[in-house]
Amino acid sequence: MTRHLAGSRPSDILGFFCFGGSILSGGVAMASAMTRLGRRGIGSARWSSMAVAGQQSRASHSFTLPDLDYDYGELEPAISGEIMKLHHTKHHQTYITNFVKALEQLEQAEKDGNAEAIVKLQGAINFNGGGHVNHSIFWKNLAPSKSGGGEPPEGKLASAIKDEFGSLEKLIAKMNADGAALQGSGWVWLGLNKDLKQLAVQTTANQDPLASKGLVPLLGIDVWEHAYYLQYKNVKPDYLKNIWKVINWSDVSSRYEANL
Amino acid sequence: MSKKTLEVHWGKHQRGYIENLNRQIANTPFEGYLLEDIVKISYNRGSPQPAFNNAAQAWNHDFFFTSLKPGGGKSPTGEIAELIDKQLGSYDNFVKEFKLAAASQFGAGWAWLALKEAKLVVEKTPNAINPLIWDHIPLLVLDVWEHAYYLDFQNNRPDYVSTFLEHLVNWDIVNARLDRAKAFMNWGEPDWDLFDKDADILTYEEAGIDVVEDSS
Repeated sequence: MTRHLAGSRPSDILGFFCFGGSILSGGVAMASAMTRLGRRGIGSARWSSMAVAGQQSRASHSFTLPDLDYDYGELEPAISGEIMKLHHTKHHQTYITNFVKALEQLEQAEKDGNAEAIVKLQGAINFNGGGHVNHSIFWKNLAPSKSGGGEPPEGKLASAIKDEFGSLEKLIAKMNADGAALQGSGWVWLGLNKDLKQLAVQTTANQDPLASKGLVPLLGIDVWEHAYYLQYKNVKPDYLKNIWKVINWSDVSSRYEANL
Repeated sequence: MSKKTLEVHWGKHQRGYIENLNRQIANTPFEGYLLEDIVKISYNRGSPQPAFNNAAQAWNHDFFFTSLKPGGGKSPTGEIAELIDKQLGSYDNFVKEFKLAAASQFGAGWAWLALKEAKLVVEKTPNAINPLIWDHIPLLVLDVWEHAYYLDFQNNRPDYVSTFLEHLVNWDIVNARLDRAKAFMNWGEPDWDLFDKDADILTYEEAGIDVVEDSS
Protein backbone atom coordinates (compact mmCIF):
# COMPACT_ATOMS: atom_id res chain seq x y z
CA MET A 1 0.00 0.00 0.00
CA THR A 2 1.77 3.17 -1.14
CA ARG A 3 1.78 6.19 1.11
CA HIS A 4 0.82 9.62 -0.14
CA LEU A 5 2.06 12.91 1.23
CA ALA A 6 -0.04 15.02 3.55
CA GLY A 7 -2.87 16.58 1.60
CA SER A 8 -4.36 13.43 0.15
CA ARG A 9 -8.04 13.62 -0.59
CA PRO A 10 -10.72 12.57 1.88
CA SER A 11 -12.18 10.28 -0.77
CA ASP A 12 -9.10 8.08 -0.80
CA ILE A 13 -9.24 7.66 2.94
CA LEU A 14 -12.93 6.98 3.11
CA GLY A 15 -12.81 4.56 0.20
CA PHE A 16 -10.94 2.19 2.48
CA PHE A 17 -13.95 1.80 4.71
CA CYS A 18 -15.72 0.06 1.88
CA PHE A 19 -12.84 -2.39 1.65
CA GLY A 20 -14.39 -5.83 1.21
CA GLY A 21 -12.03 -8.53 2.41
CA SER A 22 -11.53 -10.05 5.82
CA ILE A 23 -11.69 -8.27 9.13
CA LEU A 24 -7.90 -8.50 9.27
CA SER A 25 -7.16 -6.76 5.99
CA GLY A 26 -9.94 -4.31 6.74
CA GLY A 27 -8.19 -3.48 9.99
CA VAL A 28 -4.88 -2.94 8.22
CA ALA A 29 -6.50 -0.84 5.51
CA MET A 30 -8.24 1.31 8.09
CA ALA A 31 -5.01 1.66 10.03
CA SER A 32 -3.09 2.87 6.98
CA ALA A 33 -5.96 5.12 5.98
CA MET A 34 -6.19 6.51 9.50
CA THR A 35 -2.47 7.23 9.47
CA ARG A 36 -3.03 9.56 6.55
CA LEU A 37 -5.91 11.29 8.28
CA GLY A 38 -3.87 11.76 11.44
CA ARG A 39 -0.84 13.07 9.60
CA ARG A 40 -2.77 15.73 7.74
CA GLY A 41 -2.91 17.66 10.96
CA ILE A 42 0.89 17.78 11.27
CA GLY A 43 3.40 19.64 9.10
CA SER A 44 5.27 17.80 6.37
CA ALA A 45 8.58 18.21 8.25
CA ARG A 46 7.28 16.13 11.13
CA TRP A 47 5.80 13.66 8.69
CA SER A 48 9.17 12.76 7.22
CA SER A 49 10.86 12.37 10.60
CA MET A 50 7.98 10.18 11.71
CA ALA A 51 8.33 8.05 8.60
CA VAL A 52 11.91 7.36 9.61
CA ALA A 53 11.14 6.83 13.29
CA GLY A 54 8.03 4.78 12.64
CA GLN A 55 9.81 1.60 11.67
CA GLN A 56 9.10 -0.01 15.05
CA SER A 57 5.67 -1.58 14.52
CA ARG A 58 3.93 -2.64 11.35
CA ALA A 59 1.00 -0.17 11.46
CA SER A 60 2.84 2.79 12.97
CA HIS A 61 0.24 3.92 15.51
CA SER A 62 0.97 7.59 15.17
CA PHE A 63 -2.57 8.95 15.10
CA THR A 64 -2.54 12.35 16.66
CA LEU A 65 -5.04 15.02 17.49
CA PRO A 66 -5.44 17.28 14.45
CA ASP A 67 -5.14 21.00 15.13
CA LEU A 68 -8.20 23.19 14.70
CA ASP A 69 -8.12 25.90 12.03
CA TYR A 70 -9.48 28.40 14.55
CA ASP A 71 -9.21 29.27 18.23
CA TYR A 72 -11.53 27.63 20.74
CA GLY A 73 -13.50 30.81 21.34
CA GLU A 74 -13.97 31.76 17.72
CA LEU A 75 -17.19 29.81 17.23
CA GLU A 76 -19.00 31.75 19.93
CA PRO A 77 -21.81 32.41 20.57
CA ALA A 78 -22.98 29.35 18.63
CA ILE A 79 -20.62 27.00 20.47
CA SER A 80 -18.79 28.12 23.60
CA GLY A 81 -15.00 28.10 23.84
CA GLU A 82 -15.29 25.94 26.96
CA ILE A 83 -17.10 23.24 24.99
CA MET A 84 -14.70 23.45 22.04
CA LYS A 85 -11.68 23.05 24.31
CA LEU A 86 -13.09 20.07 26.22
CA HIS A 87 -14.47 18.51 23.08
CA HIS A 88 -11.14 18.75 21.27
CA THR A 89 -8.55 18.17 24.00
CA LYS A 90 -10.47 15.65 26.10
CA HIS A 91 -13.12 13.79 24.10
CA HIS A 92 -11.40 13.60 20.72
CA GLN A 93 -8.01 12.94 22.32
CA THR A 94 -9.50 10.09 24.39
CA TYR A 95 -10.90 8.46 21.28
CA ILE A 96 -7.45 8.61 19.70
CA THR A 97 -5.71 7.29 22.81
CA ASN A 98 -8.10 4.37 23.12
CA PHE A 99 -8.00 3.73 19.37
CA VAL A 100 -4.22 3.40 19.49
CA LYS A 101 -4.47 1.15 22.55
CA ALA A 102 -7.01 -1.09 20.84
CA LEU A 103 -4.85 -1.32 17.70
CA GLU A 104 -1.85 -2.31 19.81
CA GLN A 105 -3.93 -4.98 21.49
CA LEU A 106 -5.07 -6.10 18.03
CA GLU A 107 -1.48 -6.40 16.89
CA GLN A 108 -0.68 -8.53 19.91
CA ALA A 109 -3.75 -10.70 19.37
CA GLU A 110 -2.71 -11.21 15.75
CA LYS A 111 0.79 -12.24 16.85
CA ASP A 112 -0.75 -14.65 19.33
CA GLY A 113 -3.12 -16.00 16.71
CA ASN A 114 -5.99 -15.30 19.09
CA ALA A 115 -9.03 -15.14 16.79
CA GLU A 116 -11.47 -14.59 19.61
CA ALA A 117 -9.58 -11.57 20.90
CA ILE A 118 -9.25 -10.16 17.39
CA VAL A 119 -13.00 -10.26 16.87
CA LYS A 120 -13.71 -8.95 20.35
CA LEU A 121 -11.50 -5.91 19.79
CA GLN A 122 -13.52 -4.78 16.76
CA GLY A 123 -16.04 -3.08 19.05
CA ALA A 124 -13.41 -0.90 20.68
CA ILE A 125 -11.69 -0.23 17.36
CA ASN A 126 -14.91 0.78 15.62
CA PHE A 127 -16.04 2.94 18.50
CA ASN A 128 -12.80 4.78 19.13
CA GLY A 129 -11.65 4.82 15.51
CA GLY A 130 -15.08 6.02 14.48
CA GLY A 131 -14.84 8.75 17.10
CA HIS A 132 -11.52 9.87 15.63
CA VAL A 133 -12.82 9.83 12.04
CA ASN A 134 -16.05 11.61 12.87
CA HIS A 135 -14.54 14.37 14.97
CA SER A 136 -11.76 15.01 12.44
CA ILE A 137 -14.46 15.70 9.85
CA PHE A 138 -16.48 17.78 12.32
CA TRP A 139 -13.67 20.25 13.09
CA LYS A 140 -13.30 20.97 9.37
CA ASN A 141 -17.05 21.34 8.96
CA LEU A 142 -16.98 24.29 11.34
CA ALA A 143 -15.57 27.79 10.83
CA PRO A 144 -15.85 31.17 12.53
CA SER A 145 -18.14 33.61 10.75
CA LYS A 146 -15.15 35.78 9.86
CA SER A 147 -13.73 32.83 7.90
CA GLY A 148 -16.97 32.11 6.09
CA GLY A 149 -18.81 30.10 8.73
CA GLY A 150 -22.54 30.27 8.11
CA GLU A 151 -22.28 31.54 4.55
CA PRO A 152 -24.63 29.48 2.37
CA PRO A 153 -23.17 27.03 -0.13
CA GLU A 154 -22.68 27.92 -3.78
CA GLY A 155 -22.06 26.07 -7.00
CA LYS A 156 -22.66 22.38 -7.49
CA LEU A 157 -23.54 21.63 -3.89
CA ALA A 158 -26.08 24.44 -3.76
CA SER A 159 -27.87 23.10 -6.87
CA ALA A 160 -27.78 19.57 -5.55
CA ILE A 161 -29.32 20.68 -2.26
CA LYS A 162 -32.06 22.52 -4.12
CA ASP A 163 -32.76 19.47 -6.30
CA GLU A 164 -32.81 16.99 -3.45
CA PHE A 165 -34.45 18.97 -0.65
CA GLY A 166 -36.12 21.96 -2.30
CA SER A 167 -34.07 24.58 -0.49
CA LEU A 168 -31.27 25.00 2.02
CA GLU A 169 -33.86 25.89 4.68
CA LYS A 170 -35.65 22.59 4.11
CA LEU A 171 -32.37 20.66 4.39
CA ILE A 172 -31.56 22.45 7.64
CA ALA A 173 -35.07 21.78 8.97
CA LYS A 174 -34.72 18.09 8.19
CA MET A 175 -31.30 17.75 9.77
CA ASN A 176 -32.51 19.59 12.86
CA ALA A 177 -35.60 17.41 13.16
CA ASP A 178 -33.63 14.19 12.78
CA GLY A 179 -30.92 15.40 15.13
CA ALA A 180 -33.46 16.36 17.78
CA ALA A 181 -35.30 13.07 17.46
CA LEU A 182 -32.15 10.98 17.80
CA GLN A 183 -32.34 9.04 21.06
CA GLY A 184 -29.15 8.58 23.01
CA SER A 185 -25.80 9.51 21.45
CA GLY A 186 -24.98 9.90 17.77
CA TRP A 187 -24.56 12.13 14.75
CA VAL A 188 -26.77 13.64 12.07
CA TRP A 189 -25.16 13.77 8.64
CA LEU A 190 -25.50 15.17 5.16
CA GLY A 191 -24.05 12.38 3.08
CA LEU A 192 -23.53 11.46 -0.54
CA ASN A 193 -24.63 8.24 -2.13
CA LYS A 194 -21.85 7.93 -4.69
CA ASP A 195 -23.58 5.30 -6.80
CA LEU A 196 -26.81 7.22 -7.17
CA LYS A 197 -25.06 10.62 -7.00
CA GLN A 198 -27.70 11.63 -4.50
CA LEU A 199 -27.54 13.62 -1.30
CA ALA A 200 -29.14 12.13 1.79
CA VAL A 201 -29.72 13.04 5.43
CA GLN A 202 -28.83 10.15 7.74
CA THR A 203 -28.26 9.63 11.43
CA THR A 204 -25.76 7.25 13.01
CA ALA A 205 -25.65 5.94 16.57
CA ASN A 206 -22.75 6.42 18.96
CA GLN A 207 -19.56 6.73 16.86
CA ASP A 208 -20.62 4.57 13.93
CA PRO A 209 -19.06 6.18 10.86
CA LEU A 210 -21.40 7.23 8.06
CA ALA A 211 -19.60 4.82 5.77
CA SER A 212 -21.41 2.06 7.63
CA LYS A 213 -24.58 3.32 5.91
CA GLY A 214 -22.96 3.35 2.50
CA LEU A 215 -22.69 7.14 2.30
CA VAL A 216 -19.75 9.51 2.02
CA PRO A 217 -19.83 12.01 4.89
CA LEU A 218 -20.00 15.64 3.77
CA LEU A 219 -21.28 17.39 6.88
CA GLY A 220 -21.67 15.90 10.34
CA ILE A 221 -23.26 17.43 13.42
CA ASP A 222 -22.31 15.85 16.72
CA VAL A 223 -25.43 15.40 18.85
CA TRP A 224 -23.77 13.60 21.76
CA GLU A 225 -24.64 15.53 24.90
CA HIS A 226 -20.98 16.48 25.39
CA ALA A 227 -21.22 18.56 22.21
CA TYR A 228 -23.66 21.03 23.71
CA TYR A 229 -24.51 20.30 27.34
CA LEU A 230 -22.45 22.90 29.18
CA GLN A 231 -24.02 25.66 27.10
CA TYR A 232 -27.47 24.45 26.12
CA LYS A 233 -28.19 21.84 28.85
CA ASN A 234 -31.08 19.66 27.72
CA VAL A 235 -32.24 22.06 24.99
CA LYS A 236 -30.71 20.24 22.05
CA PRO A 237 -32.95 22.04 19.50
CA ASP A 238 -31.35 25.41 20.38
CA TYR A 239 -27.87 23.98 19.75
CA LEU A 240 -29.04 22.66 16.38
CA LYS A 241 -30.63 25.97 15.50
CA ASN A 242 -27.46 27.93 16.27
CA ILE A 243 -24.77 25.66 14.86
CA TRP A 244 -25.70 26.60 11.29
CA LYS A 245 -24.11 30.02 11.95
CA VAL A 246 -20.69 28.36 12.03
CA ILE A 247 -21.03 25.66 9.40
CA ASN A 248 -18.17 25.79 6.90
CA TRP A 249 -20.06 25.17 3.67
CA SER A 250 -16.92 25.60 1.62
CA ASP A 251 -15.46 22.49 3.29
CA VAL A 252 -18.71 20.62 2.72
CA SER A 253 -18.64 21.68 -0.95
CA SER A 254 -15.06 20.47 -1.39
CA ARG A 255 -15.97 17.06 -0.03
CA TYR A 256 -19.01 16.92 -2.30
CA GLU A 257 -17.11 17.85 -5.45
CA ALA A 258 -14.23 15.53 -4.60
CA ASN A 259 -16.65 12.60 -4.56
CA LEU A 260 -18.72 13.27 -7.66
CA MET B 1 -23.46 15.66 42.58
CA SER B 2 -24.14 19.33 42.36
CA LYS B 3 -27.42 21.08 42.98
CA LYS B 4 -27.29 22.44 39.45
CA THR B 5 -27.05 18.94 38.03
CA LEU B 6 -30.09 17.75 39.96
CA GLU B 7 -32.04 20.87 39.04
CA VAL B 8 -31.51 20.21 35.35
CA HIS B 9 -31.53 16.41 35.48
CA TRP B 10 -34.69 16.11 37.56
CA GLY B 11 -36.32 19.45 36.75
CA LYS B 12 -35.78 19.42 33.00
CA HIS B 13 -34.88 15.96 31.69
CA GLN B 14 -37.13 13.89 33.94
CA ARG B 15 -39.94 16.41 33.84
CA GLY B 16 -39.74 16.30 30.05
CA TYR B 17 -39.97 12.52 29.91
CA ILE B 18 -42.98 12.46 32.19
CA GLU B 19 -44.87 15.27 30.50
CA ASN B 20 -44.16 13.87 27.06
CA LEU B 21 -45.24 10.42 28.16
CA ASN B 22 -48.50 11.74 29.57
CA ARG B 23 -49.18 13.49 26.29
CA GLN B 24 -48.34 10.34 24.36
CA ILE B 25 -50.59 7.98 26.31
CA ALA B 26 -53.55 10.30 26.73
CA ASN B 27 -56.64 8.64 25.26
CA THR B 28 -54.79 5.44 24.47
CA PRO B 29 -55.07 2.02 26.08
CA PHE B 30 -51.89 2.80 28.07
CA GLU B 31 -53.64 5.52 30.03
CA GLY B 32 -54.02 4.36 33.61
CA TYR B 33 -51.44 1.59 33.33
CA LEU B 34 -48.64 1.21 35.86
CA LEU B 35 -45.43 2.70 34.48
CA GLU B 36 -43.55 -0.59 34.79
CA ASP B 37 -46.21 -2.30 32.69
CA ILE B 38 -46.09 0.37 30.01
CA VAL B 39 -42.33 -0.14 29.80
CA LYS B 40 -42.56 -3.91 29.45
CA ILE B 41 -45.44 -3.86 26.97
CA SER B 42 -44.22 -1.02 24.76
CA TYR B 43 -40.79 -2.64 24.45
CA ASN B 44 -42.60 -5.04 22.17
CA ARG B 45 -39.81 -7.64 22.05
CA GLY B 46 -37.26 -5.26 20.55
CA SER B 47 -39.46 -3.26 18.17
CA PRO B 48 -40.36 -0.56 20.64
CA GLN B 49 -43.56 1.38 20.32
CA PRO B 50 -43.36 5.18 20.47
CA ALA B 51 -44.17 5.34 24.18
CA PHE B 52 -41.25 3.11 25.14
CA ASN B 53 -38.54 5.75 25.16
CA ASN B 54 -40.39 8.18 27.41
CA ALA B 55 -41.81 5.47 29.65
CA ALA B 56 -38.51 3.66 30.12
CA GLN B 57 -36.55 6.86 30.68
CA ALA B 58 -39.13 8.09 33.19
CA TRP B 59 -38.90 4.76 35.03
CA ASN B 60 -35.10 4.65 34.86
CA HIS B 61 -34.67 8.17 36.16
CA ASP B 62 -37.10 7.68 39.02
CA PHE B 63 -35.26 4.49 39.96
CA PHE B 64 -31.98 6.39 39.73
CA PHE B 65 -32.95 9.38 41.87
CA THR B 66 -34.30 7.07 44.57
CA SER B 67 -31.04 5.08 44.40
CA LEU B 68 -29.19 8.12 45.71
CA LYS B 69 -28.89 9.54 49.18
CA PRO B 70 -26.65 12.15 50.75
CA GLY B 71 -23.94 10.55 52.86
CA GLY B 72 -24.51 7.20 51.22
CA GLY B 73 -22.15 4.88 49.42
CA LYS B 74 -19.32 2.68 50.70
CA SER B 75 -19.91 -0.95 51.59
CA PRO B 76 -23.46 -1.95 52.52
CA THR B 77 -24.86 -3.70 55.55
CA GLY B 78 -27.82 -5.99 55.82
CA GLU B 79 -29.01 -8.64 53.48
CA ILE B 80 -27.58 -7.08 50.31
CA ALA B 81 -24.12 -7.22 51.89
CA GLU B 82 -24.47 -10.95 52.54
CA LEU B 83 -25.81 -11.58 49.07
CA ILE B 84 -22.96 -9.63 47.47
CA ASP B 85 -20.38 -11.61 49.43
CA LYS B 86 -22.07 -14.89 48.64
CA GLN B 87 -22.78 -14.33 44.95
CA LEU B 88 -20.33 -11.69 43.71
CA GLY B 89 -17.36 -12.70 45.83
CA SER B 90 -16.91 -9.52 47.82
CA TYR B 91 -17.86 -5.86 47.90
CA ASP B 92 -14.58 -5.00 46.17
CA ASN B 93 -15.43 -7.40 43.42
CA PHE B 94 -18.84 -5.82 43.02
CA VAL B 95 -17.17 -2.41 42.77
CA LYS B 96 -14.80 -3.68 40.10
CA GLU B 97 -17.59 -5.20 38.02
CA PHE B 98 -19.84 -2.19 38.41
CA LYS B 99 -17.09 0.26 37.40
CA LEU B 100 -16.31 -1.85 34.35
CA ALA B 101 -19.96 -1.98 33.28
CA ALA B 102 -20.37 1.78 33.73
CA ALA B 103 -17.16 2.60 31.86
CA SER B 104 -17.69 0.19 28.97
CA GLN B 105 -21.23 1.27 28.13
CA PHE B 106 -20.40 3.10 24.89
CA GLY B 107 -22.50 6.19 24.46
CA ALA B 108 -25.59 6.71 26.58
CA GLY B 109 -26.95 4.12 29.00
CA TRP B 110 -27.18 2.73 32.51
CA ALA B 111 -25.24 0.44 34.85
CA TRP B 112 -27.29 -1.89 37.06
CA LEU B 113 -27.15 -4.25 39.98
CA ALA B 114 -30.08 -6.60 39.48
CA LEU B 115 -31.49 -10.00 40.34
CA LYS B 116 -31.64 -12.51 37.54
CA GLU B 117 -33.45 -15.64 38.67
CA ALA B 118 -32.45 -15.16 42.32
CA LYS B 119 -28.81 -14.41 41.43
CA LEU B 120 -27.15 -11.02 41.63
CA VAL B 121 -25.87 -9.65 38.32
CA VAL B 122 -24.08 -6.47 37.32
CA GLU B 123 -25.30 -5.40 33.90
CA LYS B 124 -25.32 -2.45 31.52
CA THR B 125 -27.95 -1.25 29.08
CA PRO B 126 -27.89 1.29 26.21
CA ASN B 127 -30.03 4.40 25.89
CA ALA B 128 -33.44 3.78 27.48
CA ILE B 129 -33.32 0.03 27.83
CA ASN B 130 -33.54 -1.47 31.32
CA PRO B 131 -33.45 -5.03 32.73
CA LEU B 132 -37.23 -5.09 33.26
CA ILE B 133 -37.53 -6.19 29.66
CA TRP B 134 -35.59 -9.34 30.55
CA ASP B 135 -37.75 -9.93 33.62
CA HIS B 136 -34.81 -9.15 35.87
CA ILE B 137 -35.47 -7.29 39.11
CA PRO B 138 -33.35 -4.12 39.33
CA LEU B 139 -31.91 -3.20 42.72
CA LEU B 140 -29.59 -0.29 41.95
CA VAL B 141 -28.82 1.88 38.93
CA LEU B 142 -26.37 4.54 37.82
CA ASP B 143 -27.21 6.91 34.95
CA VAL B 144 -24.22 7.10 32.59
CA TRP B 145 -25.78 9.37 29.98
CA GLU B 146 -23.47 12.35 29.68
CA HIS B 147 -26.16 14.68 31.01
CA ALA B 148 -25.93 12.89 34.36
CA TYR B 149 -22.32 13.93 35.00
CA TYR B 150 -21.21 16.48 32.44
CA LEU B 151 -21.74 19.64 34.51
CA ASP B 152 -19.79 18.15 37.44
CA PHE B 153 -17.22 15.90 35.83
CA GLN B 154 -17.15 16.82 32.11
CA ASN B 155 -15.76 13.81 30.25
CA ASN B 156 -14.45 12.11 33.38
CA ARG B 157 -16.98 9.31 33.73
CA PRO B 158 -14.73 7.11 35.92
CA ASP B 159 -14.54 9.77 38.64
CA TYR B 160 -18.31 10.17 38.52
CA VAL B 161 -18.75 6.41 38.98
CA SER B 162 -16.32 6.36 41.93
CA THR B 163 -18.07 9.30 43.55
CA PHE B 164 -21.40 7.51 43.20
CA LEU B 165 -20.06 4.33 44.78
CA GLU B 166 -18.26 6.11 47.61
CA HIS B 167 -20.75 8.82 48.52
CA LEU B 168 -24.19 8.42 47.01
CA VAL B 169 -25.45 4.83 46.88
CA ASN B 170 -28.60 4.41 48.93
CA TRP B 171 -28.05 0.88 50.26
CA ASP B 172 -31.15 1.16 52.47
CA ILE B 173 -33.39 1.30 49.46
CA VAL B 174 -31.44 -1.51 47.83
CA ASN B 175 -32.20 -3.67 50.86
CA ALA B 176 -35.85 -2.65 50.68
CA ARG B 177 -35.98 -3.55 46.99
CA LEU B 178 -34.32 -6.86 47.75
CA ASP B 179 -36.95 -7.56 50.37
CA ARG B 180 -39.74 -6.80 47.93
CA ALA B 181 -38.06 -8.90 45.27
CA LYS B 182 -38.34 -11.97 47.47
CA ALA B 183 -42.06 -11.99 46.81
CA PHE B 184 -41.35 -12.42 43.11
CA MET B 185 -38.50 -14.87 43.11
CA ASN B 186 -38.26 -18.58 43.45
CA TRP B 187 -35.78 -19.00 46.29
CA GLY B 188 -36.00 -22.78 46.23
CA GLU B 189 -37.17 -25.20 48.90
CA PRO B 190 -37.97 -23.59 52.24
CA ASP B 191 -36.03 -24.60 55.31
CA TRP B 192 -38.51 -27.10 56.71
CA ASP B 193 -36.77 -27.07 60.06
CA LEU B 194 -38.21 -23.65 60.63
CA PHE B 195 -41.71 -25.08 60.52
CA ASP B 196 -43.32 -26.75 63.53
CA LYS B 197 -44.02 -30.21 62.14
CA ASP B 198 -46.19 -31.10 65.10
CA ALA B 199 -48.60 -28.26 64.66
CA ASP B 200 -52.14 -29.35 63.84
CA ILE B 201 -53.52 -28.38 60.51
CA LEU B 202 -56.91 -26.83 61.16
CA THR B 203 -59.82 -26.33 58.84
CA TYR B 204 -61.18 -22.82 58.52
CA GLU B 205 -64.12 -23.86 60.68
CA GLU B 206 -61.88 -25.22 63.45
CA ALA B 207 -59.85 -22.07 63.37
CA GLY B 208 -63.02 -20.01 63.71
CA ILE B 209 -62.65 -18.20 60.42
CA ASP B 210 -65.81 -17.43 58.50
CA VAL B 211 -65.60 -18.24 54.83
CA VAL B 212 -68.23 -16.62 52.68
CA GLU B 213 -69.17 -18.70 49.66
CA ASP B 214 -68.86 -16.82 46.43
CA SER B 215 -72.35 -16.78 44.91
CA SER B 216 -71.30 -15.82 41.35
